[in-house]
Amino acid sequence: MSDIKESPAGQERVGVYVCHCGSNIAGTINVDEVSKWIESNPNVVVSRHYEFMCSSTGQELIEKDIKEKGLTRVVVASCSPHMHEKTFREATQRGGLNPFLFEMANIREHDSWATNNKEAATTKAKALVNAAVERVVHHVPLEKIPVDINPNTMIVGGGIAGITAALELAEAGHHVYLVEREGTIGGHMAQIDKTFPTLDCSACILTPKMVDVGQNDNITLLTYSEVESVDGYIGNFNITVRKKARCVDEELCTSCGICEEKCPQKVLDDNYGAGISYRKAIYRAFPQAVPGYPVLDKENCTYFQTGKCKVCEKVCPTSAIDYEQEDQLINFNVGNIILATGYDLFDARRIPQYGYGRLANVFTSLQFERMVNASGPTGGHIVLRDGVTEPESIAIVHCVGSRDQNYNEYCSKVCCMYSLKFAHLVHEHLPEAEVYNYYIDMRTPGKGYEEFYHRLLKEGTHFIRGKVAEITDADRKPGEEGKLIVQAENTLLGIQQRNAVDMVILSSGIQARHDAEEVSKLFKMGCDYDGFFNERHPKLAPVSTMTDGIFIAGACQGPKDIPDTVAQGGAAASQVAKLISQGTVMMEPVRASIREDECSGCRICNNLCPYNAIEFDEEKKVSHVVTALCQGCGTCVAACPSGVIDGAHFTNTQVLAELKGILWDVEADVPAMEEV
Amino acid sequence: MSDQFEPVIVGFLCNWCSYRAADLAGTARIKYAPNLRVIRVMCSGRVDPQFVLQALRSGADGVLIAGCHPGECHYVNGNIKALRRFTLLRKTLEQWGIEQERVQLLWASASEGTVLAAAVDRMTEQIKALGPLRWSQKVLGGNGAVHPVAEEV
Amino acid sequence: MKYGYYPGCSLEKNARAYHVSTMAVAKPLGIEFVEVDDWNCCGATEMIAIEKIPAYALVSRNLALAAKQNGSTNLVAPCSACYLNLKKVDHYLAENKQLKEKVDQALEAGGLSYQPGTINVQHLLETIAVDIGYEAIKEKVVKPLYNLRVAPYYGCLVPRPANMERFDDPEHPTSLDKIIKNLGATVIDFPLKAQCCGGHMTQISENTALELIRRLLKNAADYEADMIATLCPMCQLNLDAYQDAVNAHFGTNYKIPVVYFTQLMGLAFGIPANELGFGKEIVSAQPALDKITEEAPKPVRTRERGKQHTELPMPTQAEEE
Repeated sequence: MSDIKESPAGQERVGVYVCHCGSNIAGTINVDEVSKWIESNPNVVVSRHYEFMCSSTGQELIEKDIKEKGLTRVVVASCSPHMHEKTFREATQRGGLNPFLFEMANIREHDSWATNNKEAATTKAKALVNAAVERVVHHVPLEKIPVDINPNTMIVGGGIAGITAALELAEAGHHVYLVEREGTIGGHMAQIDKTFPTLDCSACILTPKMVDVGQNDNITLLTYSEVESVDGYIGNFNITVRKKARCVDEELCTSCGICEEKCPQKVLDDNYGAGISYRKAIYRAFPQAVPGYPVLDKENCTYFQTGKCKVCEKVCPTSAIDYEQEDQLINFNVGNIILATGYDLFDARRIPQYGYGRLANVFTSLQFERMVNASGPTGGHIVLRDGVTEPESIAIVHCVGSRDQNYNEYCSKVCCMYSLKFAHLVHEHLPEAEVYNYYIDMRTPGKGYEEFYHRLLKEGTHFIRGKVAEITDADRKPGEEGKLIVQAENTLLGIQQRNAVDMVILSSGIQARHDAEEVSKLFKMGCDYDGFFNERHPKLAPVSTMTDGIFIAGACQGPKDIPDTVAQGGAAASQVAKLISQGTVMMEPVRASIREDECSGCRICNNLCPYNAIEFDEEKKVSHVVTALCQGCGTCVAACPSGVIDGAHFTNTQVLAELKGILWDVEADVPAMEEV
Repeated sequence: MSDQFEPVIVGFLCNWCSYRAADLAGTARIKYAPNLRVIRVMCSGRVDPQFVLQALRSGADGVLIAGCHPGECHYVNGNIKALRRFTLLRKTLEQWGIEQERVQLLWASASEGTVLAAAVDRMTEQIKALGPLRWSQKVLGGNGAVHPVAEEV
Repeated sequence: MKYGYYPGCSLEKNARAYHVSTMAVAKPLGIEFVEVDDWNCCGATEMIAIEKIPAYALVSRNLALAAKQNGSTNLVAPCSACYLNLKKVDHYLAENKQLKEKVDQALEAGGLSYQPGTINVQHLLETIAVDIGYEAIKEKVVKPLYNLRVAPYYGCLVPRPANMERFDDPEHPTSLDKIIKNLGATVIDFPLKAQCCGGHMTQISENTALELIRRLLKNAADYEADMIATLCPMCQLNLDAYQDAVNAHFGTNYKIPVVYFTQLMGLAFGIPANELGFGKEIVSAQPALDKITEEAPKPVRTRERGKQHTELPMPTQAEEE
């Protein structure tokens, strides 16, 4: 602690607090030396060092000094601002100063923790503290900006994640727009037969929720629809949704299903049917579809392709078929958005050695789900591609496309469990069949999962630990003719094994949707390396994104099973509900503003803004920043050739002062410098 | 006290990615050259070329601009604008005889602490080998006058 | 386009048909092959197994000669073993300083020198599939090989190793398949297309080799191939010359001709068969060539209208979409 200095008139009075952080900082940096040294800066009137500045005692030091010593600015040299900027800003505020008259010097993460060289660390700490002091004298008071939150929410994706979130919010009394690309909600969960480990019938637990969504007054269900544009910011998003023409008048349709029955055109169903069943050109994906209105697939409809047919129109008892129906553009405002767009299955054709697409009896996991489901193409019978023969032996291959440097490096989390489920279902349907599960590791982390695995061991499943090298029909030995030969190294026995089976199921991994990147750009957020949406923090904020007001839930964030998906759906809903109940949100005042008197109207800044926050006033011929849209990136500030855009809290003056402070120990190698 | 030249490198790191990468490097206790002194900006797109030039003129031996990977910018494409400015800035520096290694652009996401640390180490070594910048020599031609090529520009 | 040409020993004798047909198709494809002057044997697999440094020096001499010739920095080797040796050694010289020193000494003694990386070694398949391209090949076809069922056989050397930048997938290559398809022939899905033919095991342990050859022939026969098209003289020799031995040993009755893909290309380009080395093969290709028709075969209907069907639909392959 030093004597209080008197500062000359007009100069700021800066209090500097150097934190020891126990030995985290003090162990490497000589905090005493730094604290004493900074007193030589003419702006500094108080300089202290203390064990733990973030503690209540530490914070009180700041509050007390502001009041008693008349401080006008505060600098804390401690950890990263991402840790405690908020803490110290609040302490500053409690002391009576505007919280933005505070600056932090990161001498822990960026200094003491990053080097063992004590001398260099101390020199660097002096530079960082000096920089903070030089900067903070140029800070001006700033006020957070209040923004109203529109209580409506848009949820994109009607799978179990979207359904859960929609019901949570709707039942809390808030209005939800649920936008779903397909003709019905339900997502991938509707394709599944039984869910692990309880072997609940998937449709039985899903459809009541689907019906709830359909009947809830607080949910506006927009199916066969896609989001076209998103404008605005948290609390005030303006959305345009394209409701595609299903050619069925929803007011008149009674979901009787006659049109579907009589339609003469069969189409390969590679969506809900996973490519092993057919549907009609006018169809509902499955009987329990919500809403029950069918969709007319124009690309495969005889009438739209050739002008003939129109059977559906003829047989419809309520005249609900409308070939002239057009896409509708629907516009509405919401305060928050939840993205729950789900996943795609890894395309097994990318691994030609596994024979999917070439060899008749190689199936993917979703295809097998449809096959084993009682309402599937075979009535629930497990049969070979010929539709008749029952297999006597089945191989289930784990980790197809996952945990593989050539395809996806990550583990898809659910495949071991659903492979075990398949093994069980085979035992159930075909008690005499032999089942071989080829695995690398058995990943069974959830509740009841390991026990499920043990049950399969007792049911007589053969487990072979080895990654399958090849699935081929090139037989070599007697007994292999006409079968599929699975070649793998049995690592537990240490031998190469050739196994002749009738059918192979590929447990393909979970992937981000093929258009996830486009979708993320539409919502101005990012995807990670594997294409899944980026969460704000992988541990502490898994359902938020870097963009305020936009949340993510379910498999679009990363592979996960149904319990985790439902949990995330609820979590996202709860985050939204929190904002709605707050009613108003305080936005950071880090924004740009243009000094219109000095603006030359060159408009260079107009197109640079990613948020379209800069408008041009045709009358005054100057540009103007819409404060609420501005996110504070500072690109326009750097680009303005006249230098008339101020980036609040990151002005040129502030940054250049910080630069000057940081270079305290180097000499400028120039003739006498002018002041900047 | 070693007499070896220790360069001073100023870093402009973006709040969302590269600054956090540096934080992560520290949290993970990765040790790297202490020659980097960081100035935080909200986005690499905020970095005005005049900051870089002022830093060099004021005695820094090098400047590192670090931002999010293209496609991952918190503000959508601020890093792309940084890239454009950097490309032009590089040409100017070249004409003034300032070596390319002194001003570098780096992409580092918030999880790439190791990448940032390695880049700082590498850059420090490169600039050590080059020696101090000597602005008055390089740019001002040693006699206080502007470098002839720069005059033409 | 000019390419350096390294025929290798087998193209001089046993695989004369390969050389002849390669030269024949070069002109329509716009390739000018410039043979490396005074080239020597690449040592095949024998030399490397006995003495590494002399073996690498032997190969390097060819690289040095090719570099000296200056006509082109590409060097094309139709023989898979020659190709692999040339490419491998160029790679090793770049990686291993001590090796390079020793090899430099050997080359100096002959008044030569070589900087690794100067020559870009290509297999003939790569040159044709990648540099020339499938479209260009299709354009030159005047007599499509309709109705000929061909099994494309790559052998094991060309697709692998995966870490040395192969131009095609190491486990499931498709470049030769595509070339043959563009010639109008029917390419059969040949699962053993990149499996070993036994190589020199025919000399060391004939039974092992015969089993490997049998598997290939059996698989081709199971898929009803009329002919096997290959790109390696060793594979051609094993599958062709030892076919009788396989039949004798296993009691089978395979009669599948094995020809070089360049011979098929030449036929499709309208060049007469006797100018392409046909007739040199042991299992005669004539019966297979007789199957070629003037018109394209009609597509097979997989689902007949009106009948009750139980089959589940098959997924389509990516190329068919």
